[in-house]
Amino acid sequence: MNAPILSAEARELALAGMGASRLRKEDARFIQGKGNYVDDIKMAGMLHMDIVRAPVAHARIKRINKEAALAMPGVHAVLTAEDLKPLKLHWMPTLAGDVQAVLADGKVHFQMQEVAIVIADDRYIAADAAAAVEVEYEELEAVIDPYAALQPGAPVIREDLAGKTEGAHGKRDHHNHIFTWDAGDKAAADAAFANAPVTVSQHMYYPRVHPCPLETCGCVASFDPIRGELTTYITSQAPHVVRTVVSMLSGIPESKVRIVSPDIGGGFGNKVGIYPGYVCAIVASIVLGRPVKWVEDRMENISSTAFARDYHMDGELAATPDGKILGLRVNVIADHGAFDACADPTKFPAGMFHICSGSYDIPAAHCSVKGVYTNKTPGGVAYRCSFRVTEAVYLIERMVDVLAQKLNMDKAEIRAKNFIQKEQFPYTSAFGFEYDSGDYQTALTKVLDAVDYPALRAEQAAKRADPDSPTLMGIGLVTFTEVVGAGPSKICDILGVGMFDSCEIRIHPTGSAIARMGTITQGQGHQTTYAQIIATELGIPSEVIQVEEGDTSTAPYGLGTYGSRSTPVAGAAIAMAARKIHAKARKIAAHMLEVNEADLDWEVDRFKVKGDDAKFKTMAEVAWQAYHQPPAGLEPGLEAVHYYDPPNFTFPFGIYLCVLDIDRATGETKIRRFYALDDCGTRINPMIIEGQIHGGLTEGFAVAMGQQMPYDAQGNLLGNTLMDYFLPTAVETPHWETDHTVTPSPHHPIGAKGVAESPHVGSIPTFTAAIVDAFAHKGVTHLDMPHSAFRVWKSLKQHGLNL
Amino acid sequence: MAKKLISVTVNGRVHEKAVEPRTLLIHFLREELNLTGAHIGCETSHCGVCTVDVDGQSVKSCTLLAVQCDGGQVDTVEGLAQGGVLHAVQEGFYKEHGLQCGFCTPGMLMRAARFLQENPNPSEDEIRMGMSGNLCRCTGYQNIIKSIQYAAKKLQESATAAA
Repeated sequence: MNAPILSAEARELALAGMGASRLRKEDARFIQGKGNYVDDIKMAGMLHMDIVRAPVAHARIKRINKEAALAMPGVHAVLTAEDLKPLKLHWMPTLAGDVQAVLADGKVHFQMQEVAIVIADDRYIAADAAAAVEVEYEELEAVIDPYAALQPGAPVIREDLAGKTEGAHGKRDHHNHIFTWDAGDKAAADAAFANAPVTVSQHMYYPRVHPCPLETCGCVASFDPIRGELTTYITSQAPHVVRTVVSMLSGIPESKVRIVSPDIGGGFGNKVGIYPGYVCAIVASIVLGRPVKWVEDRMENISSTAFARDYHMDGELAATPDGKILGLRVNVIADHGAFDACADPTKFPAGMFHICSGSYDIPAAHCSVKGVYTNKTPGGVAYRCSFRVTEAVYLIERMVDVLAQKLNMDKAEIRAKNFIQKEQFPYTSAFGFEYDSGDYQTALTKVLDAVDYPALRAEQAAKRADPDSPTLMGIGLVTFTEVVGAGPSKICDILGVGMFDSCEIRIHPTGSAIARMGTITQGQGHQTTYAQIIATELGIPSEVIQVEEGDTSTAPYGLGTYGSRSTPVAGAAIAMAARKIHAKARKIAAHMLEVNEADLDWEVDRFKVKGDDAKFKTMAEVAWQAYHQPPAGLEPGLEAVHYYDPPNFTFPFGIYLCVLDIDRATGETKIRRFYALDDCGTRINPMIIEGQIHGGLTEGFAVAMGQQMPYDAQGNLLGNTLMDYFLPTAVETPHWETDHTVTPSPHHPIGAKGVAESPHVGSIPTFTAAIVDAFAHKGVTHLDMPHSAFRVWKSLKQHGLNL
Repeated sequence: MAKKLISVTVNGRVHEKAVEPRTLLIHFLREELNLTGAHIGCETSHCGVCTVDVDGQSVKSCTLLAVQCDGGQVDTVEGLAQGGVLHAVQEGFYKEHGLQCGFCTPGMLMRAARFLQENPNPSEDEIRMGMSGNLCRCTGYQNIIKSIQYAAKKLQESATAAA
């Protein structure tokens, strides 16, 4: 008896392919304590490294005395810049075209900078010995404010750059100036402003914040002196790039360098950079011929690894009296800290900041970003966003509100009036981006209907009219567009390597499969979602598809996971590799069924002879044939590799609305409602998308409501533990409502755009908009973040609204 | 440094070990016993990724000395599943997508399991407060709350079935 043939729908369901809320493949190990993070790795003979760090922000190093530390039992080595000099490893290139001291070379440039390393038997001895290294400093005047840093008589931060009038991104006109980068058409923008009936301007500061994943950075470096091979387990979002850099720095051939990103405890941009600690651990392992582990503590993580933002922005809009935007001008002073160690594509020192024309059809626009050195930690990474997109979206969304208030227009109405219309896509912005697809008005209407926007505005008006109301009500609305999926290699590269990504798929004889990728999950669930793409493309159940990433010895070269590029770039590589396999499978099936390829239809998991449902071969049968007896002229096996170089970025968008109530007595804010509609194109796993959105919204909430990295005048970071740095708990975190529309990307093989960063990018200006909106009736157009209770209370007091 | 002999019952098994008096419990578990489920995230008791159970209470093992647990009973995430069957909180986190990067998860699970013994039928607000010693950067907590509600329901159903 033949087994009953399941319907196509039933078979499709059984694949758990694209669109299924498939439970996560990763979870089994994590819920049983069997994850494998860097600090879980132990190797025979492994030593531990700790770092001596500078207590001051700007100083000359007069003397370093290692004797006491070296005399301690269990201490193997103490190394300083002097020791690294003969190896030419005391300085290293940054990903932004600058150089950075691996260990302070005679001069300290920021507080907590790496000055010396100690290698010892265990982490306790290493910490003791680090404290025993004596360093004598001669303090110099620190420069903390980037505007002050650009004054003629400002202290020189980078003496190593003396006389260099040309940087990696053009002319330097001051000793603390890194670059000036322009986009758009200045003459056209100026002309728009010259003739405009209405103009508005607003200064805003986007504070310096830190991505602060719960796992800090670290590595285990193991150099085998016999084989001449280096293996390093590392907390990296881009292991292949690390391999290239390590090979270039050490002179070890790339074929003998193996970089492994194991399980990563969150990245959020913090784990893109190549930090001095990694380099030191690798050097120590080469010098000592033993494995060396280095894992930061939390203070080191917040103080010395990459921060995000720190943008001082001036925006201007020109418009008609009825609210049609005619022009945009933006000037930014970007505080990059002591070394330019951003991680942007080479040609874009301010990343994709020129997405700052947002979702709006703005005919003329210009922006200029000036990078500045200060005595602060280097960085400027994309904290859950795509290269300065968060700053750009904040700028334009704030400016549109400022304009609405000036014209006394509703904040939803002014947006609708200026939207790029559905039929204008693909749309080329004044900055030259080609937006792939969008339908902003449909999404806006959906959100406004869902929350009953008119009723909210009526309630707000009633509250404002009541002098005894204990709360101020604010409504924040943001209609943002992101640019993600970097990127086309003709314009995007890191250290000269194009920003493609890759996938290799092998179908085994019995029909299961393995896929290896150039990206690396840090919680996004790639092992689950990538398998779903293959399942749909090839008709193999996702349950039997293994996904491997992060080991440079087995995975094809890829640029890694950041900037929401995994689905837009690597996701496309998967589909394309699968389609190569599909094409070969079709040839094999035609041979097996003794028909022409053209006579076959594909249905879910099988090739069927047109017009005869009983004649078919499943992908599993084809796989067996590929290894058993492939047709003459076809090579055996069933596998493919694809390197995908995207033709364009993708442009996800969202409509977010926040309703909040401010306690007029305490300044405390209660988020009453947060409604987030996201359009990320084709949706691969709705459960995972929703989880990513919850997480991004919560990180956005943290940035808007509490995160900051304040420095005093001497360059001391005031708060580098979780005592001071705000990570919200379940108590503060609001309840999130999510929604979606689906506008696929026309240039992406499966139409997907990327999602995990949108909620961070979009929510931050939404919170600020809602806070400002609560004060709008008093003429307030902007309030800088963070909107902590004390700062909000000060605003209440200033405007006579406190109880 | 002179070591001190301690005896600690971990996940039901007695371990006698000589440790330095300054050894933190988290390092004792991770380095001496190779129980790497509990992690280290802040060293200041804020993040909770090191949460384990000590003598029936949730404890941040990064700020407790191993010698303080001499003669005591420590339970970690590795002991949560019994006889190959997942604990209700483990099942809940899996089914309700209560984890992403997984780094906070062992601490979350241990706190959740203890919390549900303290309060078997909690409201959402009680869960938020009861879990507020454990930070998560990935999930935004909403699915963690659903996971704990799933576990609470399951534990109650099995308690009813047993009665």
